[in-house]
Formats: sequence, C-alpha cells, structure tokens
Amino acid sequence: MAEAVAEAGAGVAPGAPEVPGVPGAPEVPERSRALEGVRGYGLIVAMWIRSTMTYRTSFFLATFGNATVQLLDFVAIYIMFSHVEALGGFSLPEIALLYGSCSASLGLADLLLGNTDRIGVRVRDGSLDTMLVRPVPLLAQVAADRFALRRLGRIVQGLGVLGWAVWALDVAWTPGKVLLVPVMILAGAAIFAAVMLAGAAFQFVAGDAAEVQNSFTYGGNTMLQYPPTVFGKDLLRGVTFIVPLAFVNWLPALHVLGRPDPLGLPGWVGYLSPLVAFVAFLPASLAWRAGVRSYRSTGS
Amino acid sequence: MRQRAALYAAVAAGGFRRYATYGTATAAGVFTNTVFGFILAYTYIALWDERPGLGGYDQAQALTFVWVSQSLLAAGSLIGGGFQEEMQERIRTGDIAVDLYRPADLQAWWLAADLGRAGFQLLGRGVVPLLAGALAFPLALPVDPVRWLLFLVSVVLALVVGFAVRYLVGLSAFWLMDGTGVNMMAVVVTIFFSGMLLPLTVFPGGFGEFVRTLPWAAMLQVPLDVLLGKNAGAGGAAGALGFQACWALVLLGLGRLVQSAATRKVVVQGG
Amino acid sequence: MGGGEVLISLDGVEKVFDVRRRVSLMRREKRQVRAVDGISFEVARGEMVGYIGPNGAGKSTTIKMLTGILTPSGGRLRVAGIDPARERMRLAHRIGVVFGQRTTLWWDLPLKDSYGLMRRMYRIPAERFARNMERCVEQLDLAELLDVPVRQLSLGQRMRGDIAAALLHDPDVLYLDEPTIGLDVVSKAKVRGFLRQLNGELGTTVLLTTHDLQDIEQLCERVMVIDHGRLMYDGPLRGLHTAGGVAESERTLVVDLERELPAISVPGARVVKVEGPRQWLAFPAGASAAPLVAAVAADYPLVDLSVREPDIEDVIARMYAGRG
Repeated sequence: MAEAVAEAGAGVAPGAPEVPGVPGAPEVPERSRALEGVRGYGLIVAMWIRSTMTYRTSFFLATFGNATVQLLDFVAIYIMFSHVEALGGFSLPEIALLYGSCSASLGLADLLLGNTDRIGVRVRDGSLDTMLVRPVPLLAQVAADRFALRRLGRIVQGLGVLGWAVWALDVAWTPGKVLLVPVMILAGAAIFAAVMLAGAAFQFVAGDAAEVQNSFTYGGNTMLQYPPTVFGKDLLRGVTFIVPLAFVNWLPALHVLGRPDPLGLPGWVGYLSPLVAFVAFLPASLAWRAGVRSYRSTGS
Repeated sequence: MRQRAALYAAVAAGGFRRYATYGTATAAGVFTNTVFGFILAYTYIALWDERPGLGGYDQAQALTFVWVSQSLLAAGSLIGGGFQEEMQERIRTGDIAVDLYRPADLQAWWLAADLGRAGFQLLGRGVVPLLAGALAFPLALPVDPVRWLLFLVSVVLALVVGFAVRYLVGLSAFWLMDGTGVNMMAVVVTIFFSGMLLPLTVFPGGFGEFVRTLPWAAMLQVPLDVLLGKNAGAGGAAGALGFQACWALVLLGLGRLVQSAATRKVVVQGG
Repeated sequence: MGGGEVLISLDGVEKVFDVRRRVSLMRREKRQVRAVDGISFEVARGEMVGYIGPNGAGKSTTIKMLTGILTPSGGRLRVAGIDPARERMRLAHRIGVVFGQRTTLWWDLPLKDSYGLMRRMYRIPAERFARNMERCVEQLDLAELLDVPVRQLSLGQRMRGDIAAALLHDPDVLYLDEPTIGLDVVSKAKVRGFLRQLNGELGTTVLLTTHDLQDIEQLCERVMVIDHGRLMYDGPLRGLHTAGGVAESERTLVVDLERELPAISVPGARVVKVEGPRQWLAFPAGASAAPLVAAVAADYPLVDLSVREPDIEDVIARMYAGRG
C-alpha cells in the first residue's frame, strides 16, 4: 500500500523522445509506477525469503525470539494482574484485546516496511545511490530490503492474544463489531506504516535520528497496550488529533467494548480508522517525496 | 602494568569520544527514553493506585524506578546496541584475527571500549530523561551522598555484568554464521529478567525469588534497589554489591574460557 | 571525437550545493558550492572516455547527474535521449553503473542470487540473460564465485562481480567510478582486458573515472579533465601530456633501507623524497624497474621496496604547473 504512493508524483515525462532501433534496448512496458513498485517489492521480498531459509536454524530462533519478546511483554501485564483486578478500570481480557490488536498491527507494518528506518544509514554509506540506478521505485527497494520474515512472530503472537481476548470477553457481538476487529488490525497497520514512512522521510533531514521513529511506533505500541483511561488528557488529545495513534486500536476497541472515550468522542468514531489511515498517508507520502527530492538535489 | 592501564584508559576514552560525536542520535535517544518514561510512568501510577506498596515500593519509588531505568538503559545496552554486533562482524569478516594478535587482551580491550561508551551514554542519555521525569512526577531520589556513591559503584558493576553477558553473545559468532537470532534472544531475556519491563520485586512467589538471583537482576534491579535504599544498612548494600561482583567475576571468567576455545578454533582453521 | 550517434550530451550543466557550516557554537554559515560549474561535452556511441580530476573536482557529482541520482541545478543533460533526473527508472534500463567503493550487489546473498534478481528487475529475456551470463562468467572468471555470498568476496572478485551485474541488461552506456581502486595487479589487468573487449566487440560506450593513469593509458583514447567543477581539458591522452608540458609520466620506486642514508645515486632515476630510511625514486614510466632495483640492491642495504604507478593527480598537478 505504501509503495503505491511511492514516488507516484515523480511522474514520467510525457513525450520524451524514444530512441528507435537501439540494439538491446529493453521493452519497458508502460505501467503505472505503483504496479512497478509492487512488482519490484515482491521480487526483492521473495529473494530475501529464499535467502533467509538457507540459515533455517537462525530463522526459527529469530522468529521464536520475536514472538517471545512480545509474549514476555504480555507476561508482564499478566503479572500485574496477579496483583490487581483491573488497571485503569479495564479487566485483563479487555487489555488483552488492546494488546493483541496493536501488536498484530505493528507487526504487520513492521513486516511490510520495517527496514525503512535504515534510510539514514543508507544515506551515510551511499547504498541509496545504488538503489537509485535500478529500475524500481525507491520506496519499494527500501521497504523490501532485508525483508525479515521473522517478524511474523510478532503478528502471530498478537493474533494469539487477540484470539484469547475475543474468547474471554463478555461482549454482545453485533455484525458491526465483528467486522470492526479485522478492520481495526489492518487500519492500525496502515496508520503505523504511515508513521514509519514519515519517520523515514524525517531521516533525510536528520540522518541519525532513527530512534525518534521508535518513540512513535514501539512507544506508541506500548502505550496502546494499556487503556486510554490510564493516561493524561493532553497525551490523549495528542495521539487522537495530531499523531492519530488512538485510531490504531483504542477508539475501535472502546466501541467493541461499549466503553466511552475519555475525550468524549462518540462511539461511531471507532469506525473511522480506515479513513484516518488513508488521510495519514497523505502527509506521510508528501514528506517522503520531499525527502527523496531533497536527497536528489543535495546528495546528502 | 601502568602502561597497560594507560592503554585501556585510552581505549575507554576512544569509546567515549566515538559515541560523543553522534549528537543527533543522542538527542533522538533522549527523546525516545523520555517518551517511554512518560508512558510507563502513567501505567505505574495506575498500577500503584490499585495496589499501593506493590513490590515494596510506594508510588514515588515506583516512578523513580521507571525514570532511572530509562536513564540507565542506553548505558547498559539493555535493549540492544553496544559492541557485540561489531565484534560479531569482525569475527565473520576474519578481522578478529588482527585483534587477537594485538598486544592487548581481547576481553579487556572490548571491556574498556564498552565502558567508555557506557560512560558517555550515562551522561548523554541518562541525565535529561531523569530531569524530565523529576520535573513531571514526584520522584523519591535520595539526598544522602553515600547512597548516590553506592549507586554509582553498583551501576559500574551492572555495566560489567552486562558486558560479560554480551561478550558471550558476541563470541557465539565463532560458531554461528548469522547472529540475528541469538542477539534477539539475548535482548528478550535481558528486557524481561533485568526488571526493565516490571520491577523483579513484583514477580510472584518462587519465580520472583528465582529471577532475583539471575545475572540480569544485577544489571538493573540491584542498582535501583541500592538507590532506593531497599537494602537497609551497610551490610545490605554490601550484599547487593557482592552479588553483582560475583556474577561479574563468574561471567568474565566464563568469557575467557569460551574465548580460548574460540581462539583455538581460529588457529586450527587458520582464520 | 567520433562522428557517430551522440549518446551522452551535456550543455552548460551545473550543480550547486548549499553547504551549512558551523562557524561557532550558535552560528551557522550557509555557503554555496558550485560542484559542477557549467560543463558541456558529448560522447558518441562506442567511445571509451576517461573522466579524471583531483578529489572533490566534481567527477562523482557529474556521474551522479548522468545516472539520475542527482538533479542538476542548471543546464541540459541527456543520456540516450532521456533526461536522467526526470526519468531515472527508464534510464536505468539503458545504463550500467559500477561504483568502485561500494557494491550494487546484495551483500549477504550469493552472487548468482543477485544476478537472478537483476534478471527479474530488469526484465531480461531468459535467452539474453543466459548469453550475457555465459560471456561474463567466462571473461571475468566468475564460475567459482557464483555460490559465494558477496561479503566473502575479495575486492577484486567483487569488482568483477559488480561489472557483470552492470552488464546483464545490455546497457548502452557503462559508467565506472574508480573500477580498479584497491585491486591487485592481476585483477586490474583482468578488469581492463574485459573492458577493452566489451568496448571493442559489443561497442558499449564507457565513461570511467579513475586515479590510475594506467587505466586511462590502456583503455581510453579520449580524456576529460575536470577541476573545480570545470572542464579543463578534453582530447587525446597524448595531448594531455603536451598540454601539461610533461614529456612522459613517471613511476616511483619506494625503497626501505636498513638505516638512514644520503640520497641514493643510481643511473636512470632521481630521488624525489627522503624520509628516514625510506626514499622515493622517480623513473620514466616506460622504463623497466628491474635494472633499477638490481642497481639499488647492489650498492645499498635494501630491506623492502615497492613500485608505485604514476598517479593521475601527479600528471594533472604537473599540467597546471606547466601552464604556470
């Protein structure tokens, strides 16, 4: 989805002179840049998966580790609940719903474009240049590079906790609420992806600042594991209206659980996540394009 | 002997300076530590509201735990980072052979460099988050200078224990082509068993007692308890520091054993 | 300069960078650097051109503009009829790029996996891919290396692997940025031989930057010299020597003696530098080093020695000196 937006605006100059009869000139089919991006992304990802499988032991260890790091996260919450009945007024299954959904969302975004956070390194070591001379949109290459299948671990673990939450929760399921669960995960992943894209773009300006991105992705994820009632109102306003992390899972989950939003937003707002994700991509992809343009005009 | 000390001091100073050049990265790290500090502080407030006195801490002490943890995390390389990945890369490329022939001890060399790095990150990444936390929340920081001194000693020991464990992780590259899996497992274990996720005193029953004896407890939980004055009296503090020192010696010794096995392997295979 | 079809053309191309420099703790100074300052030239199909100049002269910036990595600040630039900055992906199919300092291959993957990915990326028809692979593997001696991950290759092996990767899609133009830097003599010879063959048999146009004068002497009939972002010379290599007032380039024999001694005196060479027990002797590039080494070894306590090839920067430096 991100790669569809990639460099879309860089455009193909219309009416550029074709060189006729050049021996060995490849036939470049006129396709949209987005399709080229998806194709290139797929090619690179497939190669990395094959390559990962040659170090099978390490792959399974890493996947297991990836799942375990998250599981231990949840064990910590579980330990908290061995001392208390509720946290911020939420029961353990309710928190499990929050935890599972945002883990799955972040895992998905991380799997699909997790390596965009290496862009600062790429600028420094010059490997971005080698990508710019290949016939594949830059974002597709950056996102697919070193594609780490082990990140499935986080998704599987998140979905596992989510499954337990759905089973343990006492919710009057309506078709709308049932539908909202998968929508929440996908839209949440898209919102995280937009944040990652914006973070990558930021690195064109501040190359060493890769970690700032982690505040919003991993930090956001840690925050979203806990109920919004735990946090201060100012923080809630910030993550609802500025960096719309609240739409990853808080607002949809509050609607599923039939709980009011601490900021007083109406329940149907929970259904807006896909729209918010779409809107979040606009500034993120503009920032990315500006970043690439600035790199190509300054080379640094 | 004195020459040796001068050499390692120079290596440590190099480690310090090397990280001091990454200004933007340090600022970004401080920002991240502060954001995480806020998020965890809010959840701890909720938890200690429900159960005051949980784990033997009052709410101010729990908040102190959060913020001091965030300040120590980069120095201790508790969530990754540090020298071990660079070391693995040198092992994989064969550059380690050069290190082995240097007239310096491999382990001491890396320890000096890592302590230099940690020294910078203690200052560069530790001070600001702690100040931010102290401004935003009521913390229980001690006023007794002796306590701070003990804390400092405990932090140094924590850094050495952390180094010793990561040195073993680094050496694993002699046997494993791809270190990603091992590195990740090492980080996972450290995050959980150091007390970073939740103070180890909150862990229930026998499991809690068990995790408090592991080396990871020496990396974060122990220094924090020393700071918070949880080990009453001189004997208590000495016990805590002794616990750390024991693990440091055992793990450094283990590192030497593994290192000599690895060196033999290099010699046999010819690099 | 070749009457054939023009493949590369630059007309008053400029590249201006804003450089921010910290002058004090609080104040930053913004300054404009004209890395490329109005360069015009044309390269015809089938030419093999050396593009040389001191570090920071604007060589790499020019190559980056020609490959579509950087957008020019001014002027007109076309490669195979394509404006590189606007259509870098379309251009990518027409050019091959080799950076001597870094690889375009995938570091962790065996060479052949990289090639397989290139084939798909560039949509190279299977038959053409097989033919090109066969040629590259044979002429660049890659058969033994195909299953080796790139990071385990030596610099020379990697360079050969990179050159092959840049040619699988039959590019019209091949850009080489320092293709022989850091290579041993055998690897250098191999790479040069291959490039000559490529240019001779397939007529691939080659533009190369280098510090090694022998690259130019053995490969290029035409040389362009750039300095301070401007084209200082464009013509045959011989003319460069004349323009610089340099009759012939020189090689350097570096000898390490047992102890500090006065300047060595042997026929056919002159001492240009003495530093402790180490001395530098210049001798004509065309002359053999063997009699010289024998003469030095006969009369002096020799510990070690090495021969340095003439450096392009020396030649250019002398060219400026000659102009006075």
